[in-house]
Amino acid sequence: MKKIGVFVCHCGINISSTVDIEAVKEALKNYPGVTHIEDYKYMCSDPGQNLLKERIKEKGLDGVVVAACSPTLHENTFRTAVMLVGMNLYNCEIANIREQCSWVHKDKKVATKKAKLIIKSVVEKALLNEELEPVKVPVTRRAMVVGAGIAGIQAALNIANSGYEVVLVDKNPSIGGRMAQLSETFPTLDCSQCILTPKMVEVSQNKNIKLMTYSEVVDVSGFVGNFKVKIKKKVKYVDWDKCNGCGICIEKCPVTVSSEFNQGVGKRKVIYTPFPQAVPNKPVLDAENCTYFIKGKCQICKKLCPPDAVDYTQVDEFVEEEVGAIVVATGYDTYDISNMEEFGAGKIPDVIDGLTFERLLSSSGPTNGEVRRPSDGKIPKEVVFISCVGSRDPEHHFSYCSKICCMYSAKHAMLYKHRVPDGQPFIFYMDVRTGGKGYEEFYQRAQEEDKVIYLRGKVSKLYREDGKIVVCGIDTLSGKYVELNADMVVLATAIRPSAGVNEFARLLKIHYDENGFLTEAHPKLRPVESLSAGIYLAGCAQAPKDIPDTIAQASGAAAMVANLFASDHLLHEPLIAGVNEDLCSGCGFCVTVCPYDARKLNKEEGIVEVNEVLCEGCGSCSASCPSGAAQQKNFTDTQLVNMVKAILKD
Amino acid sequence: MEISYFPGCTLKTNGRNFEGTALPLLELFDIHAKELDDWYCCGVSFSQSADNLMQQIAPIRTLVKAKESGNTRLLTLCAMCYNTLQRAIFFIKSDEDKRDIIHDFMYREGTKFYGDEVEVVHLLTLLKEIGSEEIKKRVKKKVDEFKIAPYYGCMLLRPKEVAIDSSNAPEIMEEILEAAGCETTYFPFKTECCASYQIVNNSEIVKARTKKIVNSAVKNGADVIVLSCPLCFYNLDEIQIEIKKEDKNFKTIPVLYFTQILALLMGIKSEVNNFSLHYIDPTPVLKRKGLL
Repeated sequence: MKKIGVFVCHCGINISSTVDIEAVKEALKNYPGVTHIEDYKYMCSDPGQNLLKERIKEKGLDGVVVAACSPTLHENTFRTAVMLVGMNLYNCEIANIREQCSWVHKDKKVATKKAKLIIKSVVEKALLNEELEPVKVPVTRRAMVVGAGIAGIQAALNIANSGYEVVLVDKNPSIGGRMAQLSETFPTLDCSQCILTPKMVEVSQNKNIKLMTYSEVVDVSGFVGNFKVKIKKKVKYVDWDKCNGCGICIEKCPVTVSSEFNQGVGKRKVIYTPFPQAVPNKPVLDAENCTYFIKGKCQICKKLCPPDAVDYTQVDEFVEEEVGAIVVATGYDTYDISNMEEFGAGKIPDVIDGLTFERLLSSSGPTNGEVRRPSDGKIPKEVVFISCVGSRDPEHHFSYCSKICCMYSAKHAMLYKHRVPDGQPFIFYMDVRTGGKGYEEFYQRAQEEDKVIYLRGKVSKLYREDGKIVVCGIDTLSGKYVELNADMVVLATAIRPSAGVNEFARLLKIHYDENGFLTEAHPKLRPVESLSAGIYLAGCAQAPKDIPDTIAQASGAAAMVANLFASDHLLHEPLIAGVNEDLCSGCGFCVTVCPYDARKLNKEEGIVEVNEVLCEGCGSCSASCPSGAAQQKNFTDTQLVNMVKAILKD
Repeated sequence: MEISYFPGCTLKTNGRNFEGTALPLLELFDIHAKELDDWYCCGVSFSQSADNLMQQIAPIRTLVKAKESGNTRLLTLCAMCYNTLQRAIFFIKSDEDKRDIIHDFMYREGTKFYGDEVEVVHLLTLLKEIGSEEIKKRVKKKVDEFKIAPYYGCMLLRPKEVAIDSSNAPEIMEEILEAAGCETTYFPFKTECCASYQIVNNSEIVKARTKKIVNSAVKNGADVIVLSCPLCFYNLDEIQIEIKKEDKNFKTIPVLYFTQILALLMGIKSEVNNFSLHYIDPTPVLKRKGLL
C-alpha cells in the first residue's frame, strides 16, 4: 500500500475556527494508508510548503493529501512543491475543507465530522492515483483577431509587433469600427479619427498582419494552439488586386442610399468606401441597391474603372486559416431607439441616439461638423440629452450601467455648446458617474465653463408639437415637474453587444452572460481570457467600456497570446478518459455524449478512439459507458466507489 | 356564448351609459354577459387602506364567486374593476406567504383561491379576440371625418403585469375603433393619468391634468375623446365645466365610452346612451356626423 501523508491547514482561523484540527488528526492517524499526519497554520506559505517537501523526503511518502482551500486556488502551489522533491504531481491531492466545509457550517461538531469524511475520501483517491505525464500539443504560432475596431486593431498590432503573424478579420469594408464614427473623444476632446487613423495605417503597413475586411468567420474547429477557422469573404464585385483606389467609380455612381457609417443621416453611393480614410481604401459594391443588379442596366462603374477592376460575376469566397489563438473583439451596437416607446420609438425625426449625434458633430460627417437637426436642417437652439436610456432599467430593459454614457453626454453637450454658442444644452441624468482619470474635472468643466444644465431625474415622455419636441420630466432636486421645448433630443442608449455575436460565441464554444456580453474566465483575475483555452476577449464585446479601458484590455489579450506562443508546444492535462479496448463494445454512447468531439467510433475495429488533446476530462463518457471501458484517469470507478465507501463507513 | 360578468358599482349608477351600450353590443356578437350573483364592490377604494392584505379580500371573494359561477372567464367593463381584480390575481400568484395568510383569514368560507382558476378579461381584450372582420360585419353606419381620440389613462396599462396592451404606446382601442370604420387621432397624453382620486382631496391637480389632456386632444384635431374608465370619465367630463368657468378660452370636447361609439355605429337604439349623464353634451357633434 502507498504511504500517504495528510497535511491539515488551519488557514489562519478560516478552517480552525469551525473544524477541530486535533480531532481530525486523531481520526485520520490510523486510517489505512496514512503514515503521517500534520497540521500547520498556513500550508500555502513558504514554511508550509517546505514542511510538505521535508516530510515527503523524510518519511518516504508516495502521495500527499493537503486538506485546505479549494483546489482552484492552491492545487497548483502544492503540486509544484511536491514536484520539486521528485514526486509526480498527480500524487498530490487537495481535500477542500474550507469552501466546502468550514465556510458553510457554523456548528463545529458538524464541520469537524464532515472534514474527517472529506479527507478520508480524498485519501482513498490518492491511494489509487497513477503517475501521469502531461500531453504535449503543438502550437500554431499565428493568431486571429475578429473585429477591427480599436480593440482589434490594438490587439493585432501588439501581437504582430511581438513577431507573430495575425489574421485580422472584420465584417465591414474598412477597419476602424465604432471609434472611426466618433467626433471627438473625452476627456481631452482630441479628434477621434486623428488618433485612430495612424493606427489604421500601421495595420495596413505591418507585414505580420493579414487583413481580411468585408469578411466573416463562419466556422471554427480545433482547440487551443490548433484552430481551423473558415472565413467567408463577402462578394465585393471589385477585384481589389486590380483596384488602385482612384475613386472614379464612387464619384460617378448615380445612385445614393443612406449611409450606415453616418447612422442613416447621410448618404453614400452604391459603390462605396464607408469613409475617406478607409483602410483598405478600396470600394465594395452593394448589389441590393445597384441599378445594374436590379434592372440589368447602368454599368457606369465598370465602364469608367481605369484598371477594369469592377467584376459583376464575383461570388462569395471561402478560405480557411490555421491559427493558435483567437482574440474576439466584436464590439458593440447601441440599443435601438425603436425599443423606447416613451421616447417616440424612433418615429420622432429629431430624437436621435448618441452615435448619430457623433456623426452630426464630426467634421467628416454629413453636416461637416455643423450641428443641424435631421428633420429640417435647422440649427437647434435647445438640445436635451437623456442618459441611461435602456441602461439601469431592469424592469423594462437592462440592469447594467453602460459606463460611457455619462462622459459622452457631457462631451456631446460641450461640443454642441462650442459649435452653437447661443444654444443651451440640458442633460437629464440619474447619477453622473465619472470614474476615470480626468473625468470628474471634465464633467465639472461642462457645467462651469460650458454652462450645461444638469437636471437630476428621468424623462417620462417626449412628443412633437409645433415643430418642437416637448420633453416631460422631473427635476428631483427641486421636486418639480419640468417641461422643456427642445429642438433636438439625444438619447444615450444602452451599449449592446454587436448583432450576431452570440451565434459567433456558440461557434467558438465560449460563454456569454444574460445581457449577451462575452464572459471572461474570472471577473477579477482573468478579465481578458474566455473560459475556452486559446480564446481571448477585448473591448465592448466583453462589457461596455471606454477607449482607454479597451486599449488596455486589447493589449492584455495580446500579451496572453504572446505568452501562449512563447513555446512551440502546450501541455494538456492528462486527466482524460481513455478506452479499455478489451471492454469497449463500440456502442458509441460515449461519442454522442462527449461535448468536445474528443471521441470517435472506429467502425472497422468496433471500438471508440480518443483524441487526448480534445478531451477535457469532464467524465460524461465514463458515466454513460455501459461496460466500464471509458475510465477517467485518476477518477476510475474503483476510486469513486472507494471514496463513497469512505464517506458512508462512519 | 356565455361569459360571467362583474359590473362594479359605478356602472349601475353614473356609468349606466357604459353598461347600457356594452351589453347590447355583446349580444350582437352572440355573447351573453351573465352578471355574478350578489356581487359587491370590487374593492378598489380599499386599495387606499394601509393594510395591503385587507384590500385583497374583496377582489378575491369576487374571483371565488366567479370560479363558482362555472365560467372560467370573468368580463369587466370598468377599467378600475379590471385593474383591481387582475392585480389580485397577480398578487395571489406571486406571493405564496401572503396567499397563505389570506387563506387562513378566509378559512371559514371554505374555499381557497390560487389565481389560475379564473381569467379576468376586459371588454377591449374580448373585442380584439373577436377580431376586426367580425366587428366590420356588424357596422351599419359609416362616418366621415369623425376624429376620435382614444384615452387609456392608467388602469388598463399599469402596472405592466396587468396591462392589456403596451404601457407606453397602446393601440388596442385604435384597432377596434378603426375596424369599426372610425378615424382615430394620436395625442401624446393618451396614457397620462387623469389624477384619479385626487378629485376627492385636491381637485386642482385633476383640473390641471384634465386641461392638459383635453387641450392636447383638441390640438390634435379630435372631435371626441373615448375611454373605458368611469373615474376618468368623471374627471375629464365634468371637470371641463369647472375649467371653462375659470378660462373662457378653454375649448371643451365631449367625452364618451368607446362602447357608445360602437353601439351607435352598429345601429343599437340611441336611448341606451343615457346622454343625460354627460356634462359636455356629445349629441351636437354626433348629430353633425350623422350618428344620431
